Amino acid sequence: MNPFRKKSKQLTREQLRNRMFLMLGIAALLCIFALVAPFLTPNDPNLPNAAYMNAAPCKEFPLGADRYGRCVLSRIMIGARTSIFAAVALVLATFLVGSLFGILSGYYGGVLDTVIMRIADIFLAFPQMVLAIAVAGVLGGSLLNAMIALGITGWTQYARLARTHTMALKNEPFVLAAKMNGSSGLQIMARHILPNMIGPLTVNAATQIGTNMIGIAGLSFLGLGVVPPKAEWGSMINESRAYLQLAPWSVLFPAVAIIVTVMVFNYLGDAVRDYSDVSEAK
Amino acid sequence: MSKYIGKRLLSLIPILIGISFLTFLLLYIAPGDPAQKRLTSNNGVAVTQEQIDNMREEMGLNRPFLVQYGSWLGKALTGDLGESYKDSMPVSGKLGPAFQKTLQLTVTSLLLALLVSIPTGILSAVYRGSFWDHLFRLLSFIGNSLPNFLLSILLMYFFCIQLNLFPVIATGNFQGLFLPTLALALPMASRFVRQIRAEVLEELGKDYVTGLAARGVQSHRVLFRNVLRNSMASILTIIGISVGTLMGGSVVVETIFNWPGVGKLAMDSITARDYPVIQGFVLIMALVYVLVNLLTDLAHHWLDPRVELE
Repeated sequence: MNPFRKKSKQLTREQLRNRMFLMLGIAALLCIFALVAPFLTPNDPNLPNAAYMNAAPCKEFPLGADRYGRCVLSRIMIGARTSIFAAVALVLATFLVGSLFGILSGYYGGVLDTVIMRIADIFLAFPQMVLAIAVAGVLGGSLLNAMIALGITGWTQYARLARTHTMALKNEPFVLAAKMNGSSGLQIMARHILPNMIGPLTVNAATQIGTNMIGIAGLSFLGLGVVPPKAEWGSMINESRAYLQLAPWSVLFPAVAIIVTVMVFNYLGDAVRDYSDVSEAK
Repeated sequence: MSKYIGKRLLSLIPILIGISFLTFLLLYIAPGDPAQKRLTSNNGVAVTQEQIDNMREEMGLNRPFLVQYGSWLGKALTGDLGESYKDSMPVSGKLGPAFQKTLQLTVTSLLLALLVSIPTGILSAVYRGSFWDHLFRLLSFIGNSLPNFLLSILLMYFFCIQLNLFPVIATGNFQGLFLPTLALALPMASRFVRQIRAEVLEELGKDYVTGLAARGVQSHRVLFRNVLRNSMASILTIIGISVGTLMGGSVVVETIFNWPGVGKLAMDSITARDYPVIQGFVLIMALVYVLVNLLTDLAHHWLDPRVELE
């Protein structure tokens, strides 16, 4: 008997699935909230109010006001849209581009494979945030540039994953059968290979939402992403951090918003991965 | 072993060429004309077209692209990374002292992270499912969701403002090292705890552990003599990979705490549009990262010779 292989409470497949759907539900609620938030803000998020500069939380401003007297709560609420959807969009874009290159690379092999994978290797040789900071810094601060800067290294992991799966799948009997039937390469990739590897790729994408959210907020914090006065959590913290002593609420509440949201998406990623691990083992 | 080293070094050549090429390209994706930027970066005085033309000639911008790349690469190989737009100082002279500061910060952070995470990760795996395991996992989950910049701000708030233990504007001495180290080390330690726990758990579940236990070998001997030794190679790889994250984090943390390392230098250069310094920064960081990965692979191979080159 292995003394270390204790019988610990393992969640059943059913429980893991419920946990995953619960997290999906919470994440979906967050997304819906981000969509409708602009209609629910208690104050105009972009309206400066000289009488309330750095005002502490009060009746009119439940989470206080920043150095221009803008409502922190309202700004957090409209910032949710940028922070959440930019991360999701970035994940989708890197997922699509990376998988496309990965499938082509794995299916056709040869020179194409070598070229694509060497390029991926070169991007992977840079520390991601270092390259992102430099690229966003050189291109100039904007949300799109920040996403490009993170995306140029982000696609590589999907490409590698898609390539590995494609190489395993392309010798399966059903793919060979489709080939005999005279299906073209594109048809085989789209109808037979892609549907069979979408699972693991999606799991990887789910675990990346939180990381990308941190990346975008981090670049905005450095002034290389969303440009003020547009509200985004990272840039809100950057704008207010000089007033940390006078108006801590204008820094700490956006910080809480980021932490909670990243935790929800990270936990969602874990839940999706755990469930798929169990499903695969079965 | 020497064959492995040779193969591994050969595979680096295309990577290094790629890195240098991409780094060189950075200057070219920047909007605007480099000659004009160089002339206007340190003062707002208007420049004539003639001055710009002369500067283009002086900087060699009229030559074909690949010739420019070749000449830049040739200089870079001898350690000449060009001159700063801002004060015409050599870029390497600026990066050198700053790099030492960054090295100091990253080494202390890495040590602290390991000091915290190795015992925690192992305890979590051995006492799986216990109260401590749950607590450590919860803490590491929270740490994983805490970006460096947020943690830095929170640390600053508690230590400098609430407790008044440190000055808000830190200096490059030992006292100034404390908070940035913490800000870099804690998120990294959180990631390590998770990975080390998973690694040790996998090793603990193997059949040889059952076999040794069946022969009556005491648990702690199995743990220290076999399991931990076998997990070391994988833990080493985890550390090697994390160095990249550490470098990115150091830019943020150095900027917030005013630590005079390469990250702060890079951010200052971005603000000043001093592109050659940014270029030098990216090149140095990529080279160090490649070197660290090479050393990690070699050490992994040395610890576990079954590992082959992909």
